[in-house]
Amino acid sequence: MRYWTVLAAFAVVAGCLLLGGAGMRPFGAPRLDAMDQYFNARSQAEVAANNVVTAIVFDYRGYDTLGEATVLFVAVVGVALILRRVKR
Amino acid sequence: MSVVVRTIARILIPVILVFGGYVILHGHLTPGGGFQGGAVAASAVALLLVAVGAPAVKKLKAPFSVLEDLGGVAFVVLGFLGIGFTFFANSLAGMGGLFGAPVPSGPNPGVLNTAGTVPLMNWAVGLKVLGGLGAVLVLFGLFGGDDDR
Repeated sequence: MRYWTVLAAFAVVAGCLLLGGAGMRPFGAPRLDAMDQYFNARSQAEVAANNVVTAIVFDYRGYDTLGEATVLFVAVVGVALILRRVKR
Repeated sequence: MSVVVRTIARILIPVILVFGGYVILHGHLTPGGGFQGGAVAASAVALLLVAVGAPAVKKLKAPFSVLEDLGGVAFVVLGFLGIGFTFFANSLAGMGGLFGAPVPSGPNPGVLNTAGTVPLMNWAVGLKVLGGLGAVLVLFGLFGGDDDR
């Protein structure tokens, strides 16, 4: 039973990989850079930031940064909770 | 640790803190930002911890926790600053005033007084990362000791 479960999971993952690989662009084709061009062209006008990476992290994807800050906060709370002094 | 480590730490810790502050303050112009600069500054805390031992830095834990909370609250408040448009909208960019200078187009060295809320968010996140990682380092250093945490 366990053997067949592992085999089925492997088949699903391998199938998804092959399906994705079938749609891959041919070797040497120009890369898809529409998103890069968008950020490079507009970050100075829209965010007024020269550092495009910071413009993306703190403006275009601010929610992602909020989530990262929350993850850090939860990690600190977890460490403080586990390593607290237990009254004996 | 030995006197060699303590002497080198006394020389290096201000340098590391200044570099971390530079990475945070220039986050909107040069590579880096709040997360990176905060991590750099927290490495100074790690060096201090190694050099003088955990009990000597125990009193830093409460300030670090306060710093982490202040940074997180400031980040969310700065997000709400643009609530007239949307949450996290950059309401200060290009408006004149604080961080509102017009940015020259094309490749240029950059103007420090630009990018709106992005530098303020960099400060908030930098303080948050420094406080959070510092508190975690101090807690790890104190783990196993007999003294009160």
